Amino acid sequence: MTSGSASRRTPEEPQATTVRGESKWDIVIGLEVHAQLTTRTKMFCGCPTTFGAPPNTQTCPVCQGMPGTLPVINRRAIEYGVRTALAFECRVNAACRFARKHYYYPDMPKNFQISQYEEPLAEEGRLEIDLPDGASRTIGIQRLHLEEDVGKLVHEGTLETAQSSLVDFNRAGVPLMETVSKPEIRSPQEAAAYLRAFRAVLVYLGVCDGNMEEGSLRCDANISLKPAGATQLGTKVEIKNMNSFRNVQRALEFEVARQTDALERGERIVQETRLWDADRGYTRSMRSKEFAHDYRYFPEPDLVPLKLDAAWTAGIRAALPELPRARRQRFVADYGVPAYDAALLTQSRALAEYYEAAVREFPQPKLVSNWVMSELLRELPGDDERAIAQAKLTPSRLAGLLRLIDDGTISGKIAKTVFETMVRTGEDAIAIVRREGLTQVADAGALASMVASAIAGNPRAVEDYRKGKTAASKAIVGHVMKASGGRANPALVSRLVEEELEKLTKR
Amino acid sequence: MKRATIHELTAAYTRGETTPSRVTEEYLARIAKLDDKVGAYLTVTADHARAAANASDERYRHGRALGPLDGAPITLKDVFCTRGIRTTCASKILEQFMPPYDATVAERLAKAGAALLGKSNMDEFAMGSSTEHSALKVTRNPWDLSRVPGGSSGGPAAAVAAGLAAGSLGTDTGGSIRQPAAFCGVVGLKPTYGRVSRYGLVAFASSLDHPGPFGSDVTDTALLLGAIAGHDPMDATSIDAPVPDYAAGLERDVRGLRLGVPDEYFIAGMDPEVEGAVRAAIDVLKGLGATLERISLPATPHALATYYVIAPAEASSNLARYDGVKYGLRVPGHDLIDMESRTRAAGFGAEVRRRIMLGTYVLSAGYYDAYYGQAQKVRTLVRRDFDAAFARVDLIVAPTTPNVPFKHGEKADPISMYLNDVLTIPADMSGTPAISVPCGFTASGLPIGLQLIGRALDEATVLRAARAYERATDWHTRHPELS
Repeated sequence: MTSGSASRRTPEEPQATTVRGESKWDIVIGLEVHAQLTTRTKMFCGCPTTFGAPPNTQTCPVCQGMPGTLPVINRRAIEYGVRTALAFECRVNAACRFARKHYYYPDMPKNFQISQYEEPLAEEGRLEIDLPDGASRTIGIQRLHLEEDVGKLVHEGTLETAQSSLVDFNRAGVPLMETVSKPEIRSPQEAAAYLRAFRAVLVYLGVCDGNMEEGSLRCDANISLKPAGATQLGTKVEIKNMNSFRNVQRALEFEVARQTDALERGERIVQETRLWDADRGYTRSMRSKEFAHDYRYFPEPDLVPLKLDAAWTAGIRAALPELPRARRQRFVADYGVPAYDAALLTQSRALAEYYEAAVREFPQPKLVSNWVMSELLRELPGDDERAIAQAKLTPSRLAGLLRLIDDGTISGKIAKTVFETMVRTGEDAIAIVRREGLTQVADAGALASMVASAIAGNPRAVEDYRKGKTAASKAIVGHVMKASGGRANPALVSRLVEEELEKLTKR
Repeated sequence: MKRATIHELTAAYTRGETTPSRVTEEYLARIAKLDDKVGAYLTVTADHARAAANASDERYRHGRALGPLDGAPITLKDVFCTRGIRTTCASKILEQFMPPYDATVAERLAKAGAALLGKSNMDEFAMGSSTEHSALKVTRNPWDLSRVPGGSSGGPAAAVAAGLAAGSLGTDTGGSIRQPAAFCGVVGLKPTYGRVSRYGLVAFASSLDHPGPFGSDVTDTALLLGAIAGHDPMDATSIDAPVPDYAAGLERDVRGLRLGVPDEYFIAGMDPEVEGAVRAAIDVLKGLGATLERISLPATPHALATYYVIAPAEASSNLARYDGVKYGLRVPGHDLIDMESRTRAAGFGAEVRRRIMLGTYVLSAGYYDAYYGQAQKVRTLVRRDFDAAFARVDLIVAPTTPNVPFKHGEKADPISMYLNDVLTIPADMSGTPAISVPCGFTASGLPIGLQLIGRALDEATVLRAARAYERATDWHTRHPELS
């Protein structure tokens, strides 16, 4: 079904404008984020949760919803939920309940989803976000609850033309954590900042891999506009199908423009669900409120109310890691690295830990930062736990390499070659340097003949130098470095060349 | 064939007087001869029974019998999933459903050495009180073939009464074990909610479904309960409490036991022959040394109406999965919704459809608080009634049903059918254990049941009092004539 206003609209029409600050309208956004938890097994059965397995190979009678089967709560999923709730400073409820949410869809084995409704795991939290202009804001979190994921339909061809559809229940029953923000986000940019901060926290906590493209993190948005300063909220529209941070921002920007346009023409906003079409860059109506589902929630009778032991919760709280924002601030304060470096280095917990381990052994934070950001990250497939764990080059060995530069054993240029070998083999820097004879030539006697022949071979440069172009010495230094295979100590060569040229000039 | 109880059979196996295989063949032969008349079985699993009996023979030969159920020929209500054996719930929608897993109770009985003779008939999805709602078969009361065996566990009750199985398992959601036990003149026990695992029991109303045993006497019933009771990690509502040896304390007397007689269970309009037999039975218990006390369970009159909100609500949810997509019946349609609608219309019988509609309605937005929410409050009142009563008495004694077995087709309107369960529903709502034991016959020879309700997890006292009554009477030794 398509509503009137959507069918009139074409992708070319409204383009997003920055509305904040100068608009007659206040933007009100709330985000619902679904995060797949990285538990080894599903929410209510023992099936594995690995992504990408052949269809229906990670299923059992329970997650296929076969007659007579019953759910049993995954303790680890509760732990992950509590960990996240505590990180968001939520009130973790001493008792919570699961509830059945009903609707018919073939990817849902029981035609109801076990979720939480009136008694969620946690409520009333907050998330601090940083905006591009350097300001920060606190966004309230309304609730956090756990539920099970649904399966996946595979259509033969496109949805519209398919003669048949297949269903894959591998994903059915994977633990999902839904976190609902308060409607306190004031712009599409803030929404993107919220998601970035949200993702970073989850990845830090090790509860979600944060991969939006694979669907580990999914976001729906509620957005409404109201006259600037008004207290009463406008009619909200729900937007679905945004599979990246960028798409969330784009979809919301489109929606701000669409709603502004409609309101300024005196039209009424229809409460509805709209789908974001990333290829065409617009949202289109999916269903309006009149067709809204009645989910017929009621407490899941197959599960008793879940009571959380206070000591257990306290243990999870005590084990919370330092969160990305705090860590970023500490990196700037303690290591004196620029904010940009701190942000990059704290993107993942594993990377931050790698960096800190290296700095402990080689306490020149900015130099370590440069090597991690420009060299290490270029060589690794990513910055997540898995990528860092795969790195053959340990922080301690990186520190060892930097020490060799620092004490003049090797040049910075040679260090990069050594680094490439280390990344491949994981060897100690000193072992590579010794084996390949890469130690800097710092023996003035050995260098003297190289300097002499470089001067003899470059009469023009010598002539230039004599005429006062002192920079011409650099060309000679370059020739010496080349002749030494890069192993000559550049500072020493420079000094020797200057001395020789001076002698020639005085003559 | 001489009628024997399970404990008599296994004693005979141990003494080498007969073998599980020989007895199993006798039962299979009797089923072949008589089940056309009774209609207890939906599926006879002769091969399974023979294989189990053969293994059992071996164990007895080597003196390594598994226990008091080794070689017992039994049947399961067709609501329990059995791996590789079709499990229909007496519904067209699951007529060809072959579960790839066993219900926990089926697995436990198999591990105890019982031989499964087959799957027995029931009201479709356990919704009914006469087994007339089975979409697949008619079951008749062995005492009078023109009458119903009760329901919904009519098949398992009739099978034991007719000597077509030595024992069986059924489920009780609103009275579905105790009422057919009373109608068929056998013993039927509804254990405490959570005492027996529901895993693999096809759900009707999850918070009310109780699996439990039927036996031809109290001892057999206790032995069956002992085998199936106990915590199951696959059922989050199952209780993690030790299981006593139910058979061990059975023969103790009831001297000093305080029995409560609830006013609300002797209702206007009940069959006078039932009331007479039950009052006489209570006098027998008194004569055995129990003390009697008149008690009141004031929420009882509201229990039935409450039940018909909660049970259909849960059923509407539990039965949502039968949509033709994954298993069971599929009726083709021009699109998905059409396929699902046609499948469900063709696959479910009228009573099931009625309860799905009722349940969908009471859970819908705007009605939830008035119906489901209110029903839960009344349920709490029913529980409190029992709590208060059990502060004063050890057991509650009452009739199992207000009436005797009725004729097929006699209760055509749903409400008069629902009234059958008025005395059994409260114990389902509170989850407390309750048993029905034979306590007499009408002048026309129809069985009557005495109900004993106990404290949560106190099946032992319920069984002990039932056994004391049974020892003092001979009703359980009477069997219907079938040929």
